[in-house]
Amino acid sequence: MIRDAVLPIIRDPQSALTLDLPGWDILLRETRAANLMARLAKDLAETDGRFERLPAEVRPHLLAAQRIAQRQYIATLAEIERVQEALEGNVRLVLLKGAAYLAADLPVARGRIFGDIDLLVPRAQLVETEALLLKHGWISAHHNTYDQRYYREWMHELPPLQHVMRQSTLDVHHNILPSTSRHPPDPELLLQAAVETPRLPGVFVLAPADMVLHSASHLFHEGELDNGLRDLVDLDGLLRHFGNRANFWDELTERANALHLEQPMRYALRMCQLLLGTPFPASLLTDDAHWPADFRERLLEQLYSRGLRPNHALAGDRWTPLARWLLYVRGHWLRMPPHLLTAHLLRKAWRSLTGLESEEDEAQTHAKPLPTDKG
Amino acid sequence: MSQTLRVGDLSHKELRQQLRNQGLPVRTGPLVFSIRSDEPEIESNLPLLYADTPLGSSDFADFHIEVRRVRSLRGWVKPQIEFLQDNRSPFQPLPRAESFAVLEWGMNWCIANYCHQYLMIHAAVIERNGFAAILPGSPGSGKSTLCAALIHSGWRLCSDELTLIDPRDASIVALARPVSLKDASIEVIRNFVPSAVFGTEIPDTKKGRVSHLKPPTSSVAAVGMRAKPRWIVFPQWGKDADLESGSHPKSHAFIQLAENAFNYSMLGETGFELLGRVIDQSDSLSFRYGHLPEATAWFNRLADEAAS
Repeated sequence: MIRDAVLPIIRDPQSALTLDLPGWDILLRETRAANLMARLAKDLAETDGRFERLPAEVRPHLLAAQRIAQRQYIATLAEIERVQEALEGNVRLVLLKGAAYLAADLPVARGRIFGDIDLLVPRAQLVETEALLLKHGWISAHHNTYDQRYYREWMHELPPLQHVMRQSTLDVHHNILPSTSRHPPDPELLLQAAVETPRLPGVFVLAPADMVLHSASHLFHEGELDNGLRDLVDLDGLLRHFGNRANFWDELTERANALHLEQPMRYALRMCQLLLGTPFPASLLTDDAHWPADFRERLLEQLYSRGLRPNHALAGDRWTPLARWLLYVRGHWLRMPPHLLTAHLLRKAWRSLTGLESEEDEAQTHAKPLPTDKG
Repeated sequence: MSQTLRVGDLSHKELRQQLRNQGLPVRTGPLVFSIRSDEPEIESNLPLLYADTPLGSSDFADFHIEVRRVRSLRGWVKPQIEFLQDNRSPFQPLPRAESFAVLEWGMNWCIANYCHQYLMIHAAVIERNGFAAILPGSPGSGKSTLCAALIHSGWRLCSDELTLIDPRDASIVALARPVSLKDASIEVIRNFVPSAVFGTEIPDTKKGRVSHLKPPTSSVAAVGMRAKPRWIVFPQWGKDADLESGSHPKSHAFIQLAENAFNYSMLGETGFELLGRVIDQSDSLSFRYGHLPEATAWFNRLADEAAS
């Protein structure tokens, strides 16, 4: 049995009312580790009077988390408008992930914590985008040459840009998977199908099926699953929301084929079904598409059943550390060809062991003593 | 109802056992911190400085925290410790000698980072006759020194660094935790209050030489009493300065408090209205002082005038 206080409550918020104080202690700790406290608060507040019936020790924590989420909701919305202004109409603003859910006013955006704002631009406009954003105060937060090269040559995004005054962080993507991954999708297909949001005219988000596929490919290529459960909860919310639209499930499979994202789609459907009881047409994972198709899928199900839990010492079972480590290795494996991966991991190991950069980078750090206290 | 158990009631063995295993649940005001550590400095300072502080129940803690040795290559040469909140480390490791200060800073961090049920201002706050004086002040303004002197001159300690205001009724929520004193102010208070109990002195932290002053027993006993904000006093210490006080424009006070708040913008409209209410019902005063007896006498007159 895999211990996890959070999933049962996300699946059935009503059951929180039966928890005793030690139960709440564990639930709050795991929920906080999973970045789902505001979501829990929202679920519990939605039925009249339910919030008042919670223990007095618990309510302040949920209230505080709601305040953070409300503040981030407003701040992110405002920041999206500033990014749109910064692009001066020369580059179309296409948002990804959290910021996109917010711009499109999707239910998953409520009670969600927002971090960086992710955008997708055509590769041909990367330089122009970076210049426009620089002009409006977003500068690169990574200063050493290795990090710059890591992002620019191998990744699907620029090094994160941080605003000098407001500290907001932008991740500018030119694709949704790294250039070095084995079958990167064609970003043109995503950009062509992007849809304008009624809430913020001039701001675009991916089409529903693409949005789900991006969320899935992001989660199931990621090696560090600190927000794994939160991302799965996002996927569940998206699937439940879009699932009622005509043709959505057909579109999803068609787009998965076109974008080479059949695998992440299958993982997303299976893990959502298994952990959150997400409804979808049975045919998606039966007959020709039967899950598990092979030993690999069987193994990944076991690994993700552990990886997609709150990243807290109280959650999981004795296989959890191994599962998380294997998923971490897998994440890197998918990202880079073996020779690059070896060099990259050696470099990271050297850094964490010594706390030092290479000589060249040291010199640069001294020349530009900018704060890099990002732990 | 049985009498509440306090940190000071535990034998050294019991304290050590709880710190090393399930965690010692320390209740400061509305918050319970479950503390784990096997650092000797924490084992010796906790029962001294938190002697009067009640223990929480082991059922529920607001924060599960730990201070422990960092296991790394560098640790062999220069021992370091880290603060953990529920297995996550929010800041960089620090020298082992600073472990008790790190515990205190870590507790402050937990509150400032999570307790958005309150408006939180970086200011000392003390109470007398039910009325609270909020003392904002930048480092060097003598805010903590003044606070330490006042809590031994008839005022009750709410907090030396974190002013918590409940948005529901604009009342001050007290914590009654040790007062952190720096450099020369340690001797100033030792002289002013010869009976004061201090924790271990830590020679050179990032903030200078630090020592913690035990909160008065009466302040800890009354920690549950809410106080009504009545004065906002902006202290400024000057060597041998004559006492000077005057009214400080309320518009400035509003902005200074908002700037010193950890979560003013986080609270949005609630924060704006709450701060407005606090400013409205308070006198806003500038205060320059050079001598503690004179300064405490001035504060006591302030309290007497409000009570009459």
